[in-house]
Amino acid sequence: MQATGKKKAALTFQELLFTLQRFWADQGCVLQQPYDVEVGAGTMSPDTFLRVLGPKPVRIAYAQPSRRPADGRYGENPNRLFRHTQLQVILKPPPVRIQELYLESLTAIGIDLREHDIKFEEDNWEWPVGGAWGVGWQVMLDGLEITQFTYFQQCGGMDLDPICGEITYGLERIAGFLQDVDSIYDIVWAVEPDTGRKVTYGEMRLAEEEQFSAYSFDYADVSKLWEHLNLYESECLSLLNQAKNFEKMDSLELKRFPVLGAYELALKCSHVFNLLDARGAISVTERVGVMARIRTLVVGVARIYAAQGQLLESAV
Amino acid sequence: MAEFLFEIGLEEIPARMIASAEAELQQRVVAMLERERLVSAGVASKSFATPRRLAVWVAEVAERQQDITEELVGPSVKVAFKDGVPTPAAEAFAKKAGVAVSSLKTVTTPKGEYIAASSTKQGLDAADVIVSELPKELAAIYWAKNMYWRPGRPERFVRPVRWMAALLGAKPVKVSFGGYEAGSVTYGHRVLFGDEPIALKLPGEYEQTLEKSFVVADVAVRRHKIRKALDAVTRTVAEARWREDEDLVETVTQLTEWPSVIMGSFETEYLALPEEVLVTVMRDHQKYFAVEDKAGKLAPHFLAVLNTEADEAGLAVIRHGNERVLRARFNDARFFWEFDQRVSLADRVELLKNVTFQKDLGSYAAKTARVRKLASNLAGLVLQRKCELNPVALDEAVSLAKTDLTSELVKEFTELQGIVGGLYARAQGLSAAAADAIYDQYKPVSMEDSVPRTVEGAVLAMADKADTIAGMFGLGMEPTGSKDPFALRRAANGIVKVLAETTVALPLTLTEVAAAACGQNEALTGKVRGFLAERLEFYLREARGQAYDVVKAVLAAGADDVRDAVARAEAVTAVRGSDDFAAVSAAFRRMKNILAQAAEKSIAPGAHVEDALLAEASEKALAQRSSELAARVASLRAEKNYKAALESIATLRPQVDAFFDGVMVMVPEPEVRANRLALLTQVLGDFSGIADFSEIVTAG
Repeated sequence: MQATGKKKAALTFQELLFTLQRFWADQGCVLQQPYDVEVGAGTMSPDTFLRVLGPKPVRIAYAQPSRRPADGRYGENPNRLFRHTQLQVILKPPPVRIQELYLESLTAIGIDLREHDIKFEEDNWEWPVGGAWGVGWQVMLDGLEITQFTYFQQCGGMDLDPICGEITYGLERIAGFLQDVDSIYDIVWAVEPDTGRKVTYGEMRLAEEEQFSAYSFDYADVSKLWEHLNLYESECLSLLNQAKNFEKMDSLELKRFPVLGAYELALKCSHVFNLLDARGAISVTERVGVMARIRTLVVGVARIYAAQGQLLESAV
Repeated sequence: MAEFLFEIGLEEIPARMIASAEAELQQRVVAMLERERLVSAGVASKSFATPRRLAVWVAEVAERQQDITEELVGPSVKVAFKDGVPTPAAEAFAKKAGVAVSSLKTVTTPKGEYIAASSTKQGLDAADVIVSELPKELAAIYWAKNMYWRPGRPERFVRPVRWMAALLGAKPVKVSFGGYEAGSVTYGHRVLFGDEPIALKLPGEYEQTLEKSFVVADVAVRRHKIRKALDAVTRTVAEARWREDEDLVETVTQLTEWPSVIMGSFETEYLALPEEVLVTVMRDHQKYFAVEDKAGKLAPHFLAVLNTEADEAGLAVIRHGNERVLRARFNDARFFWEFDQRVSLADRVELLKNVTFQKDLGSYAAKTARVRKLASNLAGLVLQRKCELNPVALDEAVSLAKTDLTSELVKEFTELQGIVGGLYARAQGLSAAAADAIYDQYKPVSMEDSVPRTVEGAVLAMADKADTIAGMFGLGMEPTGSKDPFALRRAANGIVKVLAETTVALPLTLTEVAAAACGQNEALTGKVRGFLAERLEFYLREARGQAYDVVKAVLAAGADDVRDAVARAEAVTAVRGSDDFAAVSAAFRRMKNILAQAAEKSIAPGAHVEDALLAEASEKALAQRSSELAARVASLRAEKNYKAALESIATLRPQVDAFFDGVMVMVPEPEVRANRLALLTQVLGDFSGIADFSEIVTAG
């Protein structure tokens, strides 16, 4: 049985992505490409984490591969991935009709709401390392969580004004639902129009799940990972330190100061931490300490990003 | 008079917050109208709530406040007038009262002649009052977590406001809040009705109008509809029952505007997983009700409460979706279960070093080491007192108690910690005593929960909780006011409940538990002991329903042996209604007062009662009768036959009554006086071992 009725075939994985991107582009969102540094969630991309700061309105959408090494299952679990793909939509300030827009986007991908049971259940979001949190819901469709919907309240430990609406679609979940398959690996990613051959999610990604699970659980060299962490951290700290001279910089220097570079280094640290964690290499005493170190970097970057923005604004 | 209706529409309110917000809005609106003289006390009102709205209806609201005339009293005539000429004081008062100086009056008070003025305050239209007062009430509603949503952040609320409706009779009242002005428009069910505005004509039509728009606004009606639907759908399977779960009924009631129920099924192969796991997945993760057969065994079905209604084809689609999700969840659980079996609990002990208990108290490995010692000390005391306990099984249970925290299943379903450990212990061939103790270690999790089934489980549960309390107190992290972030009160309530309610009496006192947890640190032991005693008081009142004064009286006579305190409280409650007991209690209070007054005047009672100094017949009688009774009461107390002991004490009534009728205690003769005080001291001492009766509140 088809979960979406018999009228037309369910969208392929890529058609799902196209349709949602088209939908949000039509709402004025700039379509950004995925961020090319490892992140644990779409929220950590600078297109969310940094753009939500400050007064400047933002409408942006992007598909973000998100890596969570500890969630790897060697490709053996039909519902869990080391790397999954989120579609992230950021609307700052959130339009009054944001919930209705979201529901329209579901209609756009072929979900007739009158044929389904949809609920918005409280689910607040928090990323302590980034000093970020918001309130919102998990959106449940016939018992399946398909979206995290969050009103971002704080980021980098700073209150947001205006606040920001964040919609995060779990693309694999939704595709599995639309196509009514029990394993993520059976999702049809694309269909060749001339031959009718179906390319599946497994064909495209299973090897990666197997190998990266093995890497993060069995192969990753713990002492090397520590070295990476220390190196990325010290470079990030050095940038944070140089940012103390913002007041003395002329506007060109200020504009070119690599806050974004500092953020990439902080994200690298976060990912290395996740690898060490998956590898079982973080002891009790270390865990609290390392989290605090990464928080210093991430929150530090958010602050200098805000400061840079303000100084540039007042210089104009 | 007109009916009033106010509705505030919101994006979905968290289910857990709806009931209290609904009650608070009703209470605030009615109290505001009463304060503003727009309704009379006890006016009829009704509240409504769904995930997307809170509403209140009030029966009879005046259209206008009555004018009120107040009599204001000012300065004294002497100050207000000098030689018949008004002073600045008189002018200032007249201005404040809003009257001319010439219309000031003179009133006579016990303190003399004062000037006064009658000031009339014009009543306002109800609509104007509501417009100015209601927004303040809305802003003051308490939310466990709220948010900013508008740029410039003028207000915080639980979720963005989407509309408001306010009607006084047929007229809209323009209440402003959160960027909206109330009108007479509401909205129906998001999907079944769509976002067409619905005009409300009269407050009394609210519920019916919404009903036509696929919204059941009355929470009780919705709850009833859900229960009936659960019953009806379950009946489609022979001899099946849905598993009663009041909390879950409440949650789904607050998640739906137009509920209906479907039954789904899953493959019987999943029934091989432990029932606890299946039920947790269904209840906590999917908000599904479990179904059982007539023997109470889990059946391969579940019930989902929908926020919609659909025809057969539509229901089939929704059922299929829900079954798909549940199957995936069960698959995950089975995967974790099988994966976890690769590492035994014993091998997981080492991994506990990597799991933080609390940053200053170290890892769960460190906690385990402490709890082992603590549990072994308590077990020693239990064995010393000739009670049954298997120390080997206990130690095994304590050593492995926390190892399930490293299992994938517990990482996924944290609410199953302990239970998973117990299940794994059994699967891995540990003794039933150890497995049961591990399984029960977090019990009781609330006042309603049951206590561990075995002595080993009870000792483990207490040791674990006592270690947490002692550790946190040692760091100065005691609960304060409403703040108890580490749930220490709950832990202490648990210890008290375990001591009070295990099947076999556990011969341990609160002091022993506190001392075992705090070691040599006496100051800390004292603090923890005091904290446990405070929870005993709470337990007697809340769980046992004992009256405040009974609890105070009983604890004044000893607060260390929990079971004994419960027994004494129950005995006191059983006899307190009798006239004799009440009279004796009142007399004891009188004795205590006399002794206290004597102490204040530094008049010491004699060391003991000298028979030779007893002058009056009634004091001789009291001395004689009380010493006879004392022996009997002491032996009844030793047998813990508290009710009989109390009834014996009550028989002292004729003697105490006669004593107070005929004897003056504080006579001038020092020797007689000291002897009478000695008699009272002795009577109080002999009969206050069960409870300090002077604390009992008696009528008259």
